[in-house]
Amino acid sequence: MKPAPFDHVAPATLEEALALLVEHGENAKVLAGGQSLVPVMALRLATPAWLIDLNRIASLAGIRQLDTGELAIGALTRHAAVERSELVARANPLLASAMPWVAHTAIRNRGTVGGSLVHADPAAELPAVCLACDATLVAQSVRGRRAIAAAAFFRGMFETALGADELLVEIRFPAWPDGRRHGFIEIARRHGDFAICGIAATVERDRAGRVGDARVVAFGVVDRPVRLAAVERALAGTDGGEDALRSAAGAAADGLTPRADHHASAEYRSELLPVLARRALAQALTPRRR
Amino acid sequence: MPEPREIELTINGERRAGRCEPRTTLVDFLRETCALTGTHVGCEHGVCGACTVLLDGAPVRSCLMFAVQAAGARLTTVEGLAPPGEMNDLQRAFQEHHALQCGFCTPGILTTMTALLADNPTPTREDVRRALSGNICRCTGYEPIVQAVLDCARGRAGRAG
Amino acid sequence: MNAPDRAVDRATHVGTPTVRGEDQRFLTGAARFTDDVRFERMVHAAVLRSPHANARIRGFDAAAAAALPGVLLVATAADLGEVPVIPLRLAPLPGLDRFVQRAIAVDRVRYVGEPVALIVAESRYIAEDALDLIVVDYEALDPVTNIAQALAGTALVHEAVGTNVGSHYHVARGDPAGGFARAEYTRKERFRCHRHTAAPMETRGLVAEYDGAAMRVWGATKVPFFNRRLLAKMLDLPETAIEMIETDIGGGFGVRGEFYPEDYLVPWAAMRLRRPVKWIEDRREHLMATNHARETECELEIGMKRDGTIVGLRATVWADLGAYTRTGGGVAIARVPQFLPGPYRIPDYACEVFALHSNKTPVGTYRGPGRYEANFFRERLLDLAAADLGLDPAALREKNLVSAQEIPYDIGTLVPFEGPNAYEGGDFHSAYRQALAAIGHGSLPAKGAVIDGRLHGVGLACFTESSGAGPSESARIVARPDGRYEVYVGVTTMGQGHETVFAQIAADELGLPVAAFQVFHGSTSHVDEGWGTYHSRAIVVGGSAVKLAGAAMRDKLIELAARRSGLPAAELRVGAGAVLRESDASTVLDVAELARAAAEGDAEAREATHVKARFDIKMRPYSYGTHVAHVAVDPETAQVEVLAYVALEDVGRVINPLLAKGQAVGGAVQGIGATFLDELLYDEAGQLVSGTFADYLVPTSTEAPPIQAIFLEEAPSASNPLGAKGAGEGAIVATGAAVANAVADALAPLGVKITALPLSLNNLAASIRAARRRA
Repeated sequence: MKPAPFDHVAPATLEEALALLVEHGENAKVLAGGQSLVPVMALRLATPAWLIDLNRIASLAGIRQLDTGELAIGALTRHAAVERSELVARANPLLASAMPWVAHTAIRNRGTVGGSLVHADPAAELPAVCLACDATLVAQSVRGRRAIAAAAFFRGMFETALGADELLVEIRFPAWPDGRRHGFIEIARRHGDFAICGIAATVERDRAGRVGDARVVAFGVVDRPVRLAAVERALAGTDGGEDALRSAAGAAADGLTPRADHHASAEYRSELLPVLARRALAQALTPRRR
Repeated sequence: MPEPREIELTINGERRAGRCEPRTTLVDFLRETCALTGTHVGCEHGVCGACTVLLDGAPVRSCLMFAVQAAGARLTTVEGLAPPGEMNDLQRAFQEHHALQCGFCTPGILTTMTALLADNPTPTREDVRRALSGNICRCTGYEPIVQAVLDCARGRAGRAG
Repeated sequence: MNAPDRAVDRATHVGTPTVRGEDQRFLTGAARFTDDVRFERMVHAAVLRSPHANARIRGFDAAAAAALPGVLLVATAADLGEVPVIPLRLAPLPGLDRFVQRAIAVDRVRYVGEPVALIVAESRYIAEDALDLIVVDYEALDPVTNIAQALAGTALVHEAVGTNVGSHYHVARGDPAGGFARAEYTRKERFRCHRHTAAPMETRGLVAEYDGAAMRVWGATKVPFFNRRLLAKMLDLPETAIEMIETDIGGGFGVRGEFYPEDYLVPWAAMRLRRPVKWIEDRREHLMATNHARETECELEIGMKRDGTIVGLRATVWADLGAYTRTGGGVAIARVPQFLPGPYRIPDYACEVFALHSNKTPVGTYRGPGRYEANFFRERLLDLAAADLGLDPAALREKNLVSAQEIPYDIGTLVPFEGPNAYEGGDFHSAYRQALAAIGHGSLPAKGAVIDGRLHGVGLACFTESSGAGPSESARIVARPDGRYEVYVGVTTMGQGHETVFAQIAADELGLPVAAFQVFHGSTSHVDEGWGTYHSRAIVVGGSAVKLAGAAMRDKLIELAARRSGLPAAELRVGAGAVLRESDASTVLDVAELARAAAEGDAEAREATHVKARFDIKMRPYSYGTHVAHVAVDPETAQVEVLAYVALEDVGRVINPLLAKGQAVGGAVQGIGATFLDELLYDEAGQLVSGTFADYLVPTSTEAPPIQAIFLEEAPSASNPLGAKGAGEGAIVATGAAVANAVADALAPLGVKITALPLSLNNLAASIRAARRRA
């Protein structure tokens, strides 16, 4: 299992990287953390002539909070840095709670946030978190920069809205309102494996304690992360109690045609959806023990 | 065929240089070019953890990096955990607890656990199991490894206290 | 020279938890596995493997591969001339020899992964580049991918043989029809055990070097003497011209070290090229090329009295052996009927066996071959019967276990190629009760008791286990002038710790510390003959040979000292590297000095310092035990947590409790993992779906349950001077059974029926769904 021959180029600046992307086009793959790309190269399922290695572009990594309260994460930021970041824990607790579910320590030490999003594995955690948070994905090419809403970014299995000449450079998470709560749960064959089914959820309550804005995202189920609109609608305006959760989560599989693979049938995924939706929402809505 | 590259890096505190193709994985570079065969190849697709080395102190899969990416880096392999011919307290704890049988996964587990203890000197049993979950062992059933790591941590805490 | 101050090491090493001397090299990166063997001018092999489950090869175009710079050899069957056939090593079930595999595919491929061409190049990278350039013209044929298709025979794996039935036979004991005639209750059920394999951490690998006269092969393990004999014949070399050398081995578990196609191809290439050739299997190859195991279906019927007394058992067993019969391919299927009756009093029993071929990877032995499967079938049926009859599963077992008074218990002739067998000794009830006590059986939540939304269940499984396969094993001990002792053995080691264990055994015989011994294993040059490491025989048979060699050296030393000193032998003993006078511990004969004399040509000294022994085992040791599992099942997600697990086995004599426990905990985790995770899945086209470690799932630290491993020494085996029985496989053999029974117990209130493994999330969810639909 040795990769086919390729040439390697590691530009020092984003501008050089973007120019190389134009120059090599379809013959090139972008190497960030490599934790998904290198295995497929070892299996010779990918045989690029060029690898454009982003790892020397220091400006692409980093976590900061903008004046707007947004959390901005550079595409080359390693999972481990997000996992350990106190800023992330404060500014987006959902993202923080999803990180330990991403593979294993050694993978998180190399794997990057941008790499995971661009790879667009439908069973991955981070795309679901981005969708739940309405994150903006910032793409750049020699043509310029553009912002893509998470809801528009994930187009299908391993498919994104990113153009061939574009790089994902930054992910922006809107400010996390006071009082927003979250839940995150997934089921995989083993801890660290890709999810068979998972739920990322955020819930806000109004002053009367009624559920206001709720976002419930399922991943691992269809070809991309998906908002469970029926659940969100059913939950809004309720007291968020156990009966309300059970009733709302019952709609989780509505309108979805889950995929089937040798780890899980479509029926099993359909059965997990309401169960995990209920449990994730319960995490979000159950008063935390102090 | 792309030109071979000259790379320089620090392995176990020693400056090393070598030539490799761009496609040479870091683990093959360590084993073939540097003759450091303590790091093992178990799956070559990033699942088993046998090839885990410390890159600037953090455990990484050396089968999922190309050697050219490690130019200028500081690596630690199993050979660098203790002076030649000696074992450190973690290695001795593995022996005491029979935390290895065939020993093939052991180097990757030692590097992973070395980083865990550097990061979290007083891990719980659950911390160790989580940190270990990316390293497959087919012989031990894992519990002796967990016990060895906890024992080593207790020993270090005792000496520090 | 007197040295009365030298401490005599009187400690008994056998039975103490000695830490392993071999550990340091593994812990410091200094071990030498096959891939660590390297030579000047060494070149690298890669194997082109069939992408089809069943196809005719119409032709090859290897010109581009051969022309690639760095490629030294491209070989297909045509280049090999007469392609040798790999014969059976064990378990010659009638008919299987018609289905043996050639070292490379000739005109036809029969499974995905079958070798069709060999490439040798300056690097493995280039060799793999060349693989991509070989064009093979295949004519794809309909594959046989399951037991039903194999039986139907509409497609044939081997047309020339005319059937997919590799072997078909009956075994019985007592009067099966008569037994069932007395039955007041019968229950018949069909069970299935899934295809999986050992997946050791080190894949297979070989390095072969030929200098024009002698062939050396690194990477041999398990049965190096047998493989040497075979290779010699195939290469037309004298056996003495071949040395098989064992390196450190990254786990065997039965699958590694049999004679595979590459075991011919790589030495052949080394001979052809006159350069050292290395081949290291990659993980993808491993999962499609190394022996698979365990895929078996069983229709099992039990006859009982209303009170739960078993009066008869009959079965039909179908095993999928894959495309060819491999060296040990008949073992697992033959062991299923042997172990189906288990430790129970079942005088009347019959089994019909079908060993079938399909277009899948051939099977071989994997830790506890046949036992894991048979125990699952029987123990599951016992619980189903207990439920029907309203009996407690524990009481049912207690009632039917063979009692101590009935031992030795004749189990009849249940294996066609073996004679009658008997359970040799012990108290099954004692082991059973201690296992139940250890887990707190009776006080655990069970039968679907709900705690925090999860259903709890407890499952039992009793078993017997054979070990110590014959015929023999040899050992040689040499005393060195520097006071050290070398022990040479014919068995091999794959991580079990035999270097330490054999040193413990020898140390006891010669009154020395363990550190005085260095153990050499795994080269065909160490002893005249060895049989190898399988069937938990290394310690039972090989350790006994070491014990005999140590005792023989002790006797010879005393005899020589008596002769030279004139003292009566009865007044002498051996210890501290000398023959000592019993009365005052004064040295009569210094062994190191004697070794020096031997080196200088003293024949008498040589005879006493170079001692060989051979141990022939005449009967098979049977261990026995009980596993108990306590699980909690989430009925909404099908997730199972194994909360507690007891694996208890009477192994006669524990040589090293630390290492024995390691075998048990590791074996139990491997088996429990396989019960939930490991599965070699094929699609309808015969493609292996779970062909990487991302899809073939083995347990990690977060899945491994806590294991309580208990060894009893109540019934030392009479078969060998150590009293030992194998301890390497008993912890895996009842895992599928105990876990499945526990899960079934937990889900009993839902009406879930479990008759198949694995208990994957998907399968268990389907069972729960089916039960809900019925309800």
